[in-house]
Amino acid sequence: METNSPFARTMGFGSERDSEGRLVLTMAFETNKMGRPGFLHGGAIAGMLEAVAFTTLAEALDADDNARIKPINVTVNYLRGGRDALTRARATIERLGRRVANVEAIAWQDDPENPIAIAQMNLMLQRD
Amino acid sequence: MENTHPTGEFDPVQMIRLMSGNGHNRLIGVKYNAHGTGWAELRLPYNSALVSDASTGILASGPIFTMMDMATSMSIWLKSGRFQPQATLDLRIDYLRPAEPGKDVFGRGECYHLTRSIAFVRGQAHDGDPDRPIAHVAGTYMFTAGA
Repeated sequence: METNSPFARTMGFGSERDSEGRLVLTMAFETNKMGRPGFLHGGAIAGMLEAVAFTTLAEALDADDNARIKPINVTVNYLRGGRDALTRARATIERLGRRVANVEAIAWQDDPENPIAIAQMNLMLQRD
Repeated sequence: MENTHPTGEFDPVQMIRLMSGNGHNRLIGVKYNAHGTGWAELRLPYNSALVSDASTGILASGPIFTMMDMATSMSIWLKSGRFQPQATLDLRIDYLRPAEPGKDVFGRGECYHLTRSIAFVRGQAHDGDPDRPIAHVAGTYMFTAGA
């Protein structure tokens, strides 16, 4: 999944770079991301965490690496409700092996030290 | 949503109509399919706007996660027989294989245990044949009233 995939466009993801040059996805609070009134849907947060994990991993692979990335699983821990504010997400690659990568992603609104959700994701690297 | 059923009686068909008519479930296009005691089954119609890669036509995993979040949420109200506000603590999804392009995805959530404060859920998604699942989920919810 890329930040310009049909799903990413449907979700309205934006992207920016933090001071260390890391990819940060952004998502505006809109009614079409809402679950219970006034709060982001857990699925919208999960979709964003998966997207930033996937895209960060895709960037980390060498340009001449033709590995295709497939999601194996994702575990999302919800720490607090996502309120009516801009949400940001970034990912850290914990391990990048030949066949499997493990990526942690966080989503936050005001302070990355105070995330609203954390995801652990395993992804398969399929090489021909 | 909290005052939809002030008497506590839970009507899943009415609930899904309300939930899928607005917010994120409307964007994803989740529909009601079936329910029973302690379980709910929803349907995600195939939609090219939810594809992860236009060259393959394979649905992104995010919309499937959203549907399973909703199906497992509903299964809790169907288990207890009444609506009570809750928040997802965690949800894990295993992607067994990609959904086939063009096919609707069905997601069944089941609440298999309830305590006073926590609900334990699991579920499966398939794209036509329940014996060939595309995803498994497991998670926990916390009741938020009086928390």
